Amino acid sequence: MIGYLIRRVIGAAVVLLALSAIVYGLFYAGPSDPALLACGKGCTPDRLAVVKSSMGLDKPLVDQYLSFLHAIFFGHDYSSGPSVRHCPAPCLGYSFETDQPVTTILGSTLPVSASLALGAMALSLLLGIGAGLVTVLSRRRWLDRGLNAVVLVGYAMPVFLVALILLIVFCSDLRWLPFPTYVPLTQDPAGWAQNLLLPWIALALIQAAAYARMTRAQTLETLSEDHVRTARAYGLSQRRIITGHVLRGALPPLVTMAAIDLAGIMTSAVLTETMFGLPGIGQALVSAVGSTDLPVIVGVTLTAGAVYVLANALADILYAAIDPRVELA
Amino acid sequence: MTVTLEAATGPQPGPDPSSPPRPRGATWRRLRQDKAAATGMVIITLMVLVAVLAPLLTALEGQDTTTQHPELVDSASGGTPLGSLGGVSAAHWLGVEPQTGRDLFARLVYGARISLGVALGATALQVLIGVSVGIAAGLGGRFVDSALSRLTDLTLAFPSVLFAIGLMAIVPGSVPRPLVLAVVIALLGWGATARLARGQTLSLRTRDYVAAAKLSGAPPLRVARREILPGLVTPIITYAALLVPTNMISEAGLSFLGVGVRPPTPSWGQMLSAGTTWFRPDVMYVLVPGGALFLTLLAFTLLADGVRRTLDPRNTEVAA
Repeated sequence: MIGYLIRRVIGAAVVLLALSAIVYGLFYAGPSDPALLACGKGCTPDRLAVVKSSMGLDKPLVDQYLSFLHAIFFGHDYSSGPSVRHCPAPCLGYSFETDQPVTTILGSTLPVSASLALGAMALSLLLGIGAGLVTVLSRRRWLDRGLNAVVLVGYAMPVFLVALILLIVFCSDLRWLPFPTYVPLTQDPAGWAQNLLLPWIALALIQAAAYARMTRAQTLETLSEDHVRTARAYGLSQRRIITGHVLRGALPPLVTMAAIDLAGIMTSAVLTETMFGLPGIGQALVSAVGSTDLPVIVGVTLTAGAVYVLANALADILYAAIDPRVELA
Repeated sequence: MTVTLEAATGPQPGPDPSSPPRPRGATWRRLRQDKAAATGMVIITLMVLVAVLAPLLTALEGQDTTTQHPELVDSASGGTPLGSLGGVSAAHWLGVEPQTGRDLFARLVYGARISLGVALGATALQVLIGVSVGIAAGLGGRFVDSALSRLTDLTLAFPSVLFAIGLMAIVPGSVPRPLVLAVVIALLGWGATARLARGQTLSLRTRDYVAAAKLSGAPPLRVARREILPGLVTPIITYAALLVPTNMISEAGLSFLGVGVRPPTPSWGQMLSAGTTWFRPDVMYVLVPGGALFLTLLAFTLLADGVRRTLDPRNTEVAA
């Protein structure tokens, strides 16, 4: 297990490194000139050269990338003209456009996106596993069909459309909930949850239907296994069988699916943020694209990529930990 | 694939085990009998027709996508269209846009071109890249396979929508946006197809007829094209049918965020995004593009589900 853990972590680190090289190379070798953008309109060639060297863009791309990596671990000082801007240790670059380190932007936006994604994930698992079990236990065919229909419609429903409908119905027409504004969890937990409730529901609904279908399939499969029959023969109650025997077998695939989906939920969260006006990484990214603020674009993309890679690694490790039958190759 | 398909046709013995076990016409027939899939197909055909005939349809209505009609909106209330249902009239079949008064029907049918074109184009590219990489990985040696598989894993590790948003910043404005969108969506989304094609190739390459072709001295490219590719058609089509709606959502999402097609070119996602601030005074402006998007996505999903069910060898429900 320990060996597997180490191998998996090293593998994830290699992927992260490759990811950073590709992202950095693609954006900085691209056709847009970051120095020209930072310099602004009416830029003289002399001034451009100064900006270029202060941003380190006069060096070869490989050197730039290496100093980018160096800055992640040791920080970096950017001098532009008389003033020196310090970017402390996990430095993902400096946004000259907004005059702050990229990590500062991430520090204020990532909690919003994380609140949105993690809350939605928890809600969808809760709803999904619950609904899946209900369809199995009640053995009603229409419930099962309804579930399939919801999954199908959910697949055809862009998340921003769901968000829009929820906003119109619950905030504008019924006025049950306020239009969401972000309140930090540390400041006011109740307000945090109240404001995020609608975005959570928007994200979770579709996902929950998929989990419900999966829970149903897995539970049905496990129910037909020998150990469940044995438990039944011993006279255990249906409830004990489900909680003690069936769910244990049905959950591992769901864990993997959920961890992989976390990345997808992050993506959907970016799309819904805009809809609900929540200041998350999606909004930061879109506004950075508007002003071609490359350091922010690279920083946000890389951070999201890191979340993706780590979630996948975590899924594999969790899976191996939960299910002893998994061979650690 | 041969084995499973034979199982699907049931007890009737095939005349010759080396020939395809099920005629292509049978699959088509089954698909048409599947009510959901048939509905999907009808809607998709209609939408494609609308997109192809967009110039004709707008000429029939007598409007275009860019002419502004300030006389049709109420400037006192900030630009809400005059008349009921967002200004629906004989001249403007679906009403007009708030503020500008541009014709909504014309923008919708031209938007269909972007939404469908980008989604289908991206899917075609994804399949092309995915199948090429997958076959190369499956047929190539250990080194080629592991290199290509790592590359595939890497593209799967990309948070693709975020990455696409970023890429939109560095693509020069001179390149047509729909093309950029299709290429970006395709470049970020071929991983799963490649993985599928590789797995299928690995299982096909051990078959006798492939070995026979190799032994008879057929060059690798010929083996790939003549022996492997036909076996990939069924699983790839099933998967591609699912890729189309996903790509459509990606395009709509990017345009919704304002990094997709540029105004005044209409796209459904972009219209929807513009409509979000108008849902209170003019709900038609949200309903029209939102409804079109939802209907088309649902149609593709129904078709994809039908294709999967029809081609699934375990399925006997809709057997003719």
